[in-house]
Amino acid sequence: MSRIIGIDLGTTNSLVAYVDAKTGLPRVIPDADGRALLPSIVSFTPDGVVVGEAARRQLVRRPTTTVYSVKRFMGRGYEDVRDELRFFPFTVIPTENVVSLKVGERTVTPPEVSAAVLKALKERAERHFGETIEKAVVTVPAYFNDSQRQATRDAGRIAGLDVVRIVNEPTAASLAYGLDRIKDGVVAVYDLGGGTFDISILRVKDGVFEVLATNGDTHLGGDDFDRVILLWLLEDVQARHHAELARDGIELVRDHEVMQELRLAAEAAKVRLSSTERTTLTLPFASFTYRREITRADLERLIEPLVAKTLGPVRLALADAGLRPSQVDEVVLVGGSTRVPLVRQRVQELFGKAPHSQMNPDEVVALGAAVQAHILAGGITSMLLLDVTPLSLGIETLGGIVSVLIARNTTVPTSAREMFTTSVDGQTVVDMHVVQGERELAKDCRSLARFELRGIDAMPAGMPKIEVTFLIDANGILQVQAKELRTGKEASVEVKPTYGLDEGDVERMVEESFTYAEADVETRMLIENRNEAETVITHVERALRQGAQLVDAGERGRIETALATLKRVKDGQDRDEIRERTTALNQATEHLAELMMDAALKGALGTRRATEIMESE
Amino acid sequence: MNHFEVFDLPRKLGIDAADLQRRFHELSRRHHPDFHQAAPADEQARVLETSARVNAAYRTLRDPIARVEYLVRLEEGRTANPGEPAAAKPPAPPDLLAEMFEIQETLQDARRGGLDDATRATLTEQRAALAERYADVEARLTGELSAAWDAAPPTARAPLLAAFREALARRAFLRTVIDDLTDALEGTGEGHVAHHRH
Repeated sequence: MSRIIGIDLGTTNSLVAYVDAKTGLPRVIPDADGRALLPSIVSFTPDGVVVGEAARRQLVRRPTTTVYSVKRFMGRGYEDVRDELRFFPFTVIPTENVVSLKVGERTVTPPEVSAAVLKALKERAERHFGETIEKAVVTVPAYFNDSQRQATRDAGRIAGLDVVRIVNEPTAASLAYGLDRIKDGVVAVYDLGGGTFDISILRVKDGVFEVLATNGDTHLGGDDFDRVILLWLLEDVQARHHAELARDGIELVRDHEVMQELRLAAEAAKVRLSSTERTTLTLPFASFTYRREITRADLERLIEPLVAKTLGPVRLALADAGLRPSQVDEVVLVGGSTRVPLVRQRVQELFGKAPHSQMNPDEVVALGAAVQAHILAGGITSMLLLDVTPLSLGIETLGGIVSVLIARNTTVPTSAREMFTTSVDGQTVVDMHVVQGERELAKDCRSLARFELRGIDAMPAGMPKIEVTFLIDANGILQVQAKELRTGKEASVEVKPTYGLDEGDVERMVEESFTYAEADVETRMLIENRNEAETVITHVERALRQGAQLVDAGERGRIETALATLKRVKDGQDRDEIRERTTALNQATEHLAELMMDAALKGALGTRRATEIMESE
Repeated sequence: MNHFEVFDLPRKLGIDAADLQRRFHELSRRHHPDFHQAAPADEQARVLETSARVNAAYRTLRDPIARVEYLVRLEEGRTANPGEPAAAKPPAPPDLLAEMFEIQETLQDARRGGLDDATRATLTEQRAALAERYADVEARLTGELSAAWDAAPPTARAPLLAAFREALARRAFLRTVIDDLTDALEGTGEGHVAHHRH
């Protein structure tokens, strides 16, 4: 069987991993610069599409065409996301069955944006192995519904990947831990990522990982922490610098670039406050600089309600598993947001024991996906994951009441059968409306799809006996089959997903994606080289301003020539030349950089610290 | 193949949980789709179906009450449809009716006029008493009745089936009233479908 890679398609970062055949251990695949994390950011620039680190650098420069946190939009309708759109600088528009993003001239759907991320990881793996990769296991939040799972699978297809399994993130993490760190017993996996929260309770015994219950919130994560800090920050900037802002004509909330700077500053401060007690937010505006100290206590006051919000689902999952917190043997923390001390503290209080966090919370899900991929490829036979469906599945009956066919937390695969008939003489089509959720009324649940059973022979009303089988497969995705029992004839089932792309859309996107694939790789590399050149130019220009006196005229001349050459070629199309000239400029400046470093250490440059000079913008 | 046959177990209610789990894991290792990825499509479809059947059987048999409900349906020949819920709601046990009527009346008054402290205290007490009876019925079902079933010769089973049906009806009825009381006392009123592990 061909190689299967494991992918963690995250809200903030994505990773790809595999199981090393020699050691039997999962490993993440780094990019050429040794970075494991690929920021889940896609920027649509006039020169083409860029992904990851290169796209991250476009966040402030091109706020309206640089898409981040797209996972929050996967498998969602416009009304689901309308309230949070004010936090995004790019334009989200309602389109048939899905939301679309308006980026410059193009309109793209969330699965297409995710496909760009998946494709970058696919290429990363292909470079690593020197072979074509066509199959992947992709992780999703355990609490993702059917539409969100389908959207993820569509993204894979558009990226040219056969998603052989959708696996839940917390359970993937348990597999990664399970290789040698988890003893038999009950395990709770608390997974707080960039945009989603999951809790899964598992029983591990002799290599079988049986999920007992899962719960969560697909719209709760580190992004939400950033937002409350951002709102606080907005208010504070406004309060302290009201006069300057008015004078300069800056309207904070309308200025996409400023808002993006504020968001990034909020995020950075949050991250720093996980390891220090206090930090300073510094934001340079045109005519003033905003400076403000923020303490961990300030942060905790802001995020406390959000952290508290995660505990409800934890209690519900425990109740569904029929367990008390004290009956959980081990607690595992997953997701970047579990680095926040308050999160750890609350989890520890609830379970009354210190959680595990030996494995890097950013990498553990991808490693688990690689383990699951290895199981599917036949490389591991000692481990088996038995997961559950997170939400009850039902059909709408008379009066809009939901009749539950498959209860939440049922082990998958699972199936249910239901009989249907006709209500009018000669009726040949029967409709059904399938929903997911825990509420009694269909309108309060998540509409999954409307199914039309066609090809029923004309008979008097009530005569046909149509047996419909609802099957949730190991991916947590619904399949529907129907059969008329009197004639034994298979009825055709036409699916109209409430949220999602139809088959034709996906086909078209796959084709478009293939047509542009080659061009996109080339353009991406060109843009990455160009970005790199721009960064080096900025650094060198600053170095010349601050330390030109440290070198003689000849050396200065050589640097200036190299600088001018790079500036001339950087907007051209020849990426090899841009790269060579960038290297040349770097080399020409090496000596100056050393001298500046020494000077800085001796304090010759006044009060500026060496790190300040070294720091990039 | 019924749920007992799936695990190669006799049609008895006394099932050792650890033994059942061992059998479940063994069957899962044999039939889970994870281990049949390379198989042709029709075999994969068959594996999927088998795996779903194993999961359904385990879900039912591991829970002593669901096990009894299933056995009753099996004995009555009502298991053609595995998705079918337990028997349609049976009529309320007559001896409980008068008592329940009174509680329902208090509840209706409360819904109209809100709960005063005295009523709240009474209802809380009643709920506790009902919960105790509920636990008693469950204990009887999984304890003495189950043991009696396993020991009875086939000819002696009819009265036991009737006893099961009566106890299950009583349990379902108590559950409804307890839930109504909980709704009234805790005012969830959100229409959440309560999931009680049988």
